[in-house]
Amino acid sequence: MIRDLVFVLLALLTVVPAVWVVFSKHIVHAGFALLFTLMGVAGLYAFLGADFLAVTQVMVYVGGVLVLILFTVMMTHVPAAGRRRHGLDRYVPPAVFAAAVFGVLYKVITAVDWRATEGPTRATTAEIGTQLMTNYIFPFEYVSLVLLAAMIGAAILIRERSHAGADEDENQEARP
Amino acid sequence: MNIGLPHFLTVSAALFSLGLFGVMARRNTVAILMGVELMLNASNLNFVAFSRYVQHGIDGQIMAAFVIVLAAAEAAVALAIVLALYRNYGSVHADTAQSLKR
Repeated sequence: MIRDLVFVLLALLTVVPAVWVVFSKHIVHAGFALLFTLMGVAGLYAFLGADFLAVTQVMVYVGGVLVLILFTVMMTHVPAAGRRRHGLDRYVPPAVFAAAVFGVLYKVITAVDWRATEGPTRATTAEIGTQLMTNYIFPFEYVSLVLLAAMIGAAILIRERSHAGADEDENQEARP
Repeated sequence: MNIGLPHFLTVSAALFSLGLFGVMARRNTVAILMGVELMLNASNLNFVAFSRYVQHGIDGQIMAAFVIVLAAAEAAVALAIVLALYRNYGSVHADTAQSLKR
């Protein structure tokens, strides 16, 4: 009984702020709603017995990605006067499509017999570490390469151009 | 009500659909990125739920950890692109970057 209540609360904590993320006009509000959604997903991980993933979710998403998003929002302020007004009709095709996707997914979820039985609950951190160093050693190394590439790419994308380079660029390409 | 796999899959499907709507309907690139994050979280939830209820192993959790790492890398690069967009066009709306159309 308590289990059901906890699940319902976590599901609401996940889905309701997600609606706010998608529909909020203020991007800062959307960012803070995303905080609750990510915490809700972390709670669902814990509910599923994935303790390591729940902590990783909080550390990487809430501590990293969300802070990046909020910093970007702060650095790219779009004044309200510059916002163009649009009618609601441009929301109709995405809403219909997303609702159709949800309908199909829900139909599949309810129609298929998943033969689901609940697995054992155990501490997962040591096992994940062992698996990463044995069966998953190559994906693990590749992912470190991907992180290095992403770090260099991000640093190159946002660097200030040097003065000499900027002069050359302005001579060569027409700025919009 | 007995909480089982379908409940988690339903929450995940709702998250995915909301993220899909966000990616398709929003014009602010940061909001589009938030939609992508919602969809990635939905897929992660599916990985972990199947790992617990069907496979009874730990492979799904490891896959979810990889997805989290890739999502972090993607967010860093995407937000760098957003900042470059803002610097060059003075706007973060996706439809202002259309120099290639001209």
